[in-house]
Amino acid sequence: MFKYLFARSEDIPEGSAAVYFGFSAIVWFVIGTGLGAFNASKLAFPDFVTGLEFVSFGHMRQVHVHAVIFGWISMAFAMAMMYMTPALGNTKLWSEKLGVWNAFLWNVGLSLGLTLLWAGMTSGREYSDFPWFIDLYIATFMTIPLGINVWMTVINRKTQGIYTTNWFFASAVFMVSIVFIVGNLPEWFHLTGLTEAYLTWWFAHNVLGLWITPVAAAIAYYTIPKVTGNPLYSHRIGHLHFWSVVVFYSTPAAHHLMSAPLPEWLKSFASVEGVLILVPAVAFVSNILLTMQGKWNMFVENLEIRFTVTGCLMAIPLNMQGGFQQTRAINWYIHGTGWIVAHAHLALLGFSTFLEAAAVYLGLQTLMKRKLYSLTLGNLHFWFLLIGFTTYWVSMTIAGLIQGAGKIYEVPYIDVVMAEHPYMIARWIGGSLVFTGNCFWLYNMWMTARAGTVIPEGRMAHELAYER
Amino acid sequence: MVNFREYKIGARFFGLALGGSMTITLFMPSFDLRNVNATEVALDKQLWAGHESGFSLADPFLTGEHRPVRVTLKTDPKTGQPMASTVAYVYPAGTPLPNGVDHPDNLGNIVEQLSRDKGRIGEASKSQGAVFLLSSEPQGDGSKQFYIENASATKGWNPEEVMKAAGDENTYHASYGKAIFVREGCWWCHTLLPEETQDWQVFGAPPMLGDFNGESPTAFGSDRKAPDILHVGSRNSSREWMMLHFFNPRLVQPHSIMPRFDYLWGPIDDKGQKIDFDKWRAEYNEYVDGKRVTPPEVPMYASNSDARALIDFVLSLK
Repeated sequence: MFKYLFARSEDIPEGSAAVYFGFSAIVWFVIGTGLGAFNASKLAFPDFVTGLEFVSFGHMRQVHVHAVIFGWISMAFAMAMMYMTPALGNTKLWSEKLGVWNAFLWNVGLSLGLTLLWAGMTSGREYSDFPWFIDLYIATFMTIPLGINVWMTVINRKTQGIYTTNWFFASAVFMVSIVFIVGNLPEWFHLTGLTEAYLTWWFAHNVLGLWITPVAAAIAYYTIPKVTGNPLYSHRIGHLHFWSVVVFYSTPAAHHLMSAPLPEWLKSFASVEGVLILVPAVAFVSNILLTMQGKWNMFVENLEIRFTVTGCLMAIPLNMQGGFQQTRAINWYIHGTGWIVAHAHLALLGFSTFLEAAAVYLGLQTLMKRKLYSLTLGNLHFWFLLIGFTTYWVSMTIAGLIQGAGKIYEVPYIDVVMAEHPYMIARWIGGSLVFTGNCFWLYNMWMTARAGTVIPEGRMAHELAYER
Repeated sequence: MVNFREYKIGARFFGLALGGSMTITLFMPSFDLRNVNATEVALDKQLWAGHESGFSLADPFLTGEHRPVRVTLKTDPKTGQPMASTVAYVYPAGTPLPNGVDHPDNLGNIVEQLSRDKGRIGEASKSQGAVFLLSSEPQGDGSKQFYIENASATKGWNPEEVMKAAGDENTYHASYGKAIFVREGCWWCHTLLPEETQDWQVFGAPPMLGDFNGESPTAFGSDRKAPDILHVGSRNSSREWMMLHFFNPRLVQPHSIMPRFDYLWGPIDDKGQKIDFDKWRAEYNEYVDGKRVTPPEVPMYASNSDARALIDFVLSLK
């Protein structure tokens, strides 16, 4: 891949940037979930590998979070954008060279940022933990070049209209740059106090609401119609989804700080808007599931469809939780408990990861023109991910309910810690399953590149039978 | 741009929608959050914590460079005469000044005016260092209005003299301690925000609107896996308990899942002897296995160790 950094743009094969992003995303996924499983082991067994600063929980937790958000999820998004945007515009990627550089600089910046974070160089602000010069790097060399490539590809398209997926991609790359720059204002200009606290959660909320959720959904809008051959059930519902994301999902930031002394009107407003998140959620899930009409056999037979539909089904509990857990009536009970940790993993490891994994499976096979090496390994990946995630989610939800009860009944905290211990072990087992599944995936994808059956010209990956 | 003709209206509505949401969630709250007067809690906190507890150019690796200290004075630093116990915040030369001194409008109108006029904070200088006091002015209704006093201007105190008059035993490295709290990720488990529901009965009063002016980062934490510690110094003020607990939490709380922070002791103890961690761990394992009756002694930390600064910080959380 490195040889293309200094090649002439027309000498770079189409799809190189997407393949580079795709494999990087898988590698970061293995690293990120490996760190997650290791962190979980420390919560279950606090004396496991101890006395060393660099493997202490407090140094590694944020590295896990940022490896999966910026490495796995965002690079998988970039991968999806690099091949879906031109495909939907019936054109080529605007600049393959910019894409390859983008992927290279993304890996360099993320490696540097995570190393510094690991060493303890942090802003101390959750989800915007990177020090400001890394933030500047991320905006300049990661999100903005990606945005330019996506926008220029959409502008240079050879189709009359713009398909749903591309509205989401184009608006999300714009919004994430704005969110990133505004959300880090406390670090650029040293804003302090409640302003800093509020902007920290304004960023954390909007990076999910205006980047991760819409882009993941946009991927499903491509994958399901493409693989099943069914047209999208309704473009109008797609419109409803898009506009309700922009209007409702961009406003409830303050519901993350319901027990901080923020203005009460802001908290109430955020809470009501938070319930309205159900509008885009219902629009999205119904649109995707209705598109599946007549093709439900593919839910069983096709790996990409299975991943995507599973992800969509997980959006149902995700948004039911998300809509209601932030209301005052429920938030006082579960705020700051493991319930929230379970919910965050339902969003990122459940809903979003399953949609992205499908996109990476589909995209790498399509671009490399190679059929997936092994369905068995693909199945193992799916079930390790699903069982591992479910174990994690169930155990953390129970742990959260225990913590909530402990909080309101004034149970001494150490009794809560003891009651949670079995669930901490379950969490570690779940995380380890996810990590193991991802190792299978990396191997499977690597073997696909080396030994997968060549897909004949004019055929699509899912039209060929699996061979192993 | 001809391809976008059909999207003109859409693009405008998009701008309207996103701009509207920014107006409501960013612009409108700024009216509520500006001009909140800093409380006594906020002033004390920003004076001992200093300009920034996370990454900054003055202390890029969070290793305690350019950090203020809080001291308790029992003698007048100028005359050497005994005086009533006084808390002073010492900013040695080159230390970034607290946010309320750098940007007095952060303090809120009333506090800003008092700190400027009576406290003379405008005369504080980073290059020469400064000593601050938390002073108060009685109000008509019997309450007190707190403000920052620049003792270098009002009393002529300079940092070196004040540090010398206080002595090491009355010096608290809470600023560096909070940087360690951020660096070591303590806030991933210990929140700094008792909730407004049932929490205040166990963890103490939830903070008020003006309690945060000038604090950066606030590090509330969101994922509570351990007790809230905003008021921990009021519940437990034992330095010895803290020392045992940081070295190995299982010494004082067998069911704790907190990591050991023995590496914050550094290589040597308070007498300059090398600490044999391997031996300590081996003996501790024997104790856990029932082969020893008592756990090994926890070495006393050196006065310039990270452990000391972190304990100074934790005990300052009243």
